[in-house]
Amino acid sequence: MESHTTEMMLRWIVVVPLLGAALNGLLNRRLPRQVAGLLACTAVGISFAMSVLVFLRLAGMPAEARFLSDTVTTWIGFGNLQVDLGFAIDPLSAVMALIVTGVGFLIHIYSLGYMAHDKGSPRFFAYLNLFIFAMMTLVLGENLLMLFVGWEGVGLCSYLLISFWFTDEANAAAGKKAFVVNRIGDFGFLLGMFLIGSTLLPHLGAGEGLFNFQVLQHHTGTLAPLATAICLLLFVGATGKSAQIPLYIWLPDAMAGPTPVSALIHAATMVTAGVYMIARLNFLFVLSPAAMTVIAVVGAVTAIFASTIALAQNDIKKVLAYSTVSQLGYMMLACGVGAFAVGIFHVMTHAFFKALLFLGSGSVIHAMSDEQDMRVMGGLRRKLPVTFWTFIAGTLALAGIAPLAGFFSKDEILWKTWSSGHTLLWAVGFLAAGLTAFYMMRLVVLTFFGENRASAEVKSHIHESPATMTIPLVVLAILSIAGGWVGIPHFLGGGAQFEQWLEPVFAQHAVAAEAGHGAVAQVAGHAVEHGAEHSDTTMEWILAGASLTWGLLGLLAGYLVYARKVGIATTFQKLGGGWPHRLLLHKYYVDEIYEGAIIRPGFRLSRTVLWRVVDMGIIDGILVKGSALVVAVVGSVLRLFQNGLVRFYAWSFTLGVTVFVLYLSFSG
Amino acid sequence: MSFITDHILTWVTFLPLAGALLLWTVVRREAQARIFAMAIALADFVLSLHLWFHFDTGRGDDQFVERVAWLFNGQISYHLGMDGISLVLVMLTTFLGPLVVLSTWRAVTERVAGFLGFVLFLQAAMLGTFFARDMLLFYVFWEAMLIPMYFIIGIWGGQQRIYAAVKFFIFTMVGSVFMLVGIIYLYLQAGSMNLTDFLNLQIGHEAQLWLFAAFFLAFAIKVPLFPLHTWLPDAHVQAPTAGSVILAGVLLKMGTYGMLRFAMPLFPEGVAYFAPYINILAVIGIIYGALVAMVQPDVKKLVAYSSVSHLGFVVLGLFSLTSVGIAGGVFQMLAHGLSTGALFLLVGVIYERRHTREVSEFGGLAHGMPLYATFFMIATLASIGLPGLAGFVGEFMILFGAFSSQAVAHARLMAILAATGVVLGAIYMLWMYQRVFLGKLKNVKNEGLPDLSLREMAVLIPLVVFMFWLGVRPGLVLDRLGPSLEKVTAPLNIQADDHHILQSSTTATDNPVFVIRNTEGQ
Repeated sequence: MESHTTEMMLRWIVVVPLLGAALNGLLNRRLPRQVAGLLACTAVGISFAMSVLVFLRLAGMPAEARFLSDTVTTWIGFGNLQVDLGFAIDPLSAVMALIVTGVGFLIHIYSLGYMAHDKGSPRFFAYLNLFIFAMMTLVLGENLLMLFVGWEGVGLCSYLLISFWFTDEANAAAGKKAFVVNRIGDFGFLLGMFLIGSTLLPHLGAGEGLFNFQVLQHHTGTLAPLATAICLLLFVGATGKSAQIPLYIWLPDAMAGPTPVSALIHAATMVTAGVYMIARLNFLFVLSPAAMTVIAVVGAVTAIFASTIALAQNDIKKVLAYSTVSQLGYMMLACGVGAFAVGIFHVMTHAFFKALLFLGSGSVIHAMSDEQDMRVMGGLRRKLPVTFWTFIAGTLALAGIAPLAGFFSKDEILWKTWSSGHTLLWAVGFLAAGLTAFYMMRLVVLTFFGENRASAEVKSHIHESPATMTIPLVVLAILSIAGGWVGIPHFLGGGAQFEQWLEPVFAQHAVAAEAGHGAVAQVAGHAVEHGAEHSDTTMEWILAGASLTWGLLGLLAGYLVYARKVGIATTFQKLGGGWPHRLLLHKYYVDEIYEGAIIRPGFRLSRTVLWRVVDMGIIDGILVKGSALVVAVVGSVLRLFQNGLVRFYAWSFTLGVTVFVLYLSFSG
Repeated sequence: MSFITDHILTWVTFLPLAGALLLWTVVRREAQARIFAMAIALADFVLSLHLWFHFDTGRGDDQFVERVAWLFNGQISYHLGMDGISLVLVMLTTFLGPLVVLSTWRAVTERVAGFLGFVLFLQAAMLGTFFARDMLLFYVFWEAMLIPMYFIIGIWGGQQRIYAAVKFFIFTMVGSVFMLVGIIYLYLQAGSMNLTDFLNLQIGHEAQLWLFAAFFLAFAIKVPLFPLHTWLPDAHVQAPTAGSVILAGVLLKMGTYGMLRFAMPLFPEGVAYFAPYINILAVIGIIYGALVAMVQPDVKKLVAYSSVSHLGFVVLGLFSLTSVGIAGGVFQMLAHGLSTGALFLLVGVIYERRHTREVSEFGGLAHGMPLYATFFMIATLASIGLPGLAGFVGEFMILFGAFSSQAVAHARLMAILAATGVVLGAIYMLWMYQRVFLGKLKNVKNEGLPDLSLREMAVLIPLVVFMFWLGVRPGLVLDRLGPSLEKVTAPLNIQADDHHILQSSTTATDNPVFVIRNTEGQ
């Protein structure tokens, strides 16, 4: 009985936030603002508590048996196409569930303070709860289609929350852009699913649900010949949701949403969905070395590309946004070199420190009367002590300074990249790590050091945020410092418990890979462990030392340039006639290129060619109106109509039909 | 009650007709007429519930059959029947009926009884079309649908109503004439107008191609399939809200229903020959409809073009010739009926308040009308196929069916192209939503507009409930479709989900891509 209860808990983990959303959505402004917020927090809190219980239950099971499932009903059932509505949890989804509900809970609490003065807050909390519902569906869905439901659901919530303050047309546009760009990714995701489904359908046994993850894993052999196509299509979806080149463009704009949303959705959880999906389907991805290479390269390039843009941004949230894009690149890089567990490790540590940084920036923005431009900030160190110190923790974690969380995960990614033979990609990742430290220090200096550059009016309002906002900051700071210790690698004397915990999820792929493609096994992180162990450990020490030094150098450089020798920064901007700086400031003009090359021509084609020429001109004008018969008939009928004897016609028609029917009936 | 239940199909069909006649003769005062029409529509819905609950899900043949010899010694008979396909479309029709009547409460103020009479008359004709199993009877109902819609647009429509009504009438008539010729030809062969007798005919290859083309043309115009669609935007823009709802909700599905019920099973060789070309037209319709919808300055016209796109999906599903695709097509007919029906109702709401539908006249409506904005959002999401809502299941099954189809050349390519509709749909709907509802309330004329009234909510809530219900529990419909689809498509070489049939007829390969390429190469 007891075991059954735990399994049933899976559905409630997902549904409770939905109930919270429904209550807040339906009652809306009839609810006092505080009640709305507390309701939402309670819903997520319950989800979190249940996730912990389920996690503990899993932990108490033997490693290989850690799996629970809860099938609610059949969702789409037609012939052999059977897709269940159900949930399942294994070590991987358990980690994700804890991150999503845990960080989600903290951010809900923070929002109590942040949104206290917004009269739309019930709507805000409804959306936020709805997001947790969708994200948990994504994470706990027992099959790929359920994952897709969550995938689309989080996209919707992201859309709703980015355009939450819809009075500003720019916010509304940013929301739409996010949804549409994600849909482009979903196009690939859908095709990937179709390819899996159509290949697998003929081979399914009775009772096997199409798209069920275990079924997919069982039939890997059938899918193997198409693995590259399937994985690349699915990866297109991942580039949308996880903001990789070329579909990353929506994420920086998504910062238009309230800051808690940026923290929760656009940093800590939703954007990692692509990484989760790849990790979830690791048994497929390892079958295609080509796809893995593409993922690794896209990840690495995104990591460096975004970090260069972050160097020149002036909006505090934009810097963090590009930083997120860059960090997601690292996660993809990890997946691409087969180190899925490390990728997920970075998902977790990044969730801690990036949520912290965003919430910290929210606290700053709050204090600065909604100002986001760092050029008018400065000197907030003394006025916002809690925000400042927690922000420093987040910065050091992101910069990869030992022993903070980010060090262990990022260093492990670089190590796996190196040790799997991707030296060039390692170099790219290494370079980006230095840039990361540099732009973060730039951000910290511009925001917290020096003199405050705001107007007197704004200055007089600067104050530390209320406890509902600072407590989550402190908790996240602790996690950003210590959260990486669950994954301290062996060479540093740690137990790498995090990797060990995920081992049952990622271990099988090594078996599958060896059976099919021997070459892939080398790509997979595990294969590297044995062999020349000793020299590896030495190398690991050297690389870790190098990246730590590199990170510290980056921080130091950032501090010197922006706090001490400010002249250098202006020299930088004027370098080469100023165009390199402009290029970065304008984000390599990628948005403008898309606009000019795709969007505007598309509209022009639709409006002038398709609608005006083809539809109204050719089809309607020539084919339809051109027909003399039509013209004649229209004319005569028009004349009849203009007599205004409509009722007469109606009657004569009815009468005519009746007489005709009666005649036929009796004459036959 | 057995006098009702024994002839339940007749009751369901002719109750609205009787209501129409009474509205035109006896119940002519406005207030009475409204309540009377509402009562009739509700009663018809209740009657149809009997069909729903007494339908034997496990059977694929016609149920509740009524057959009475009518003309020429029974060669032509009054023959009604209902299988799962008819059932779900009939339920859609009777479900929309009361909502449509309720939606006219404020919108139609002139010649109310006459209008409501036409609405009920139209409902009777549509129901008859779904039930008819005798080809002459079918044709009578089919043609009878034209008349009320013609008057609804022509009398109660907008500025250019006459032009739109006549265009609608002529387009449909032209197609129907070809079908009539086909029906007569088959009648002469079979010596009966019974659909079953038609199905048992051995028709030569050449004849099948011609007959298929004749039937298909009639149905394709109704759908409407690109490039036969240009009557639709005009009809929608000019039609009163209620007319648009019926048109989009049910009338368009007559085309796809006709394909599935008649054109496909009667002429399998025609299907095999034309399917690849039809799929091309369907895909052009999906993309073209979406692109043209994107640039419409009039909200209603935008929704109308979106129908062209959505119905393209339905046609693609049917002519994927896979059981999943066909079921998805029928499912999409329902989903589209709900979402587009709701969208037209919602457009009507703002038109009643502002007497314009130009996107540029609006902006920021969500400020003063939060309920309206919320319902519009839900209908928008349903329309763009968000999972959890009905549209997703249909689109997914259609695309999946087409993607895995081995029976039709290039079906996979068509599915890939059609899937871009998923992106385009999001673009044109969300862009419109943004311009109408978000941003600042710029136009002073939009200040102080009243939000949805209770009556308007009563019309919309049932639609929204079913969008979610079917999205989460599609089995409600799919379970009832399965056996019937199997029976209807039996004459075709349908790719069932376990596709043993196909594997024996083509080179057995695990990879369908290669199967298609191989057969092309030969």
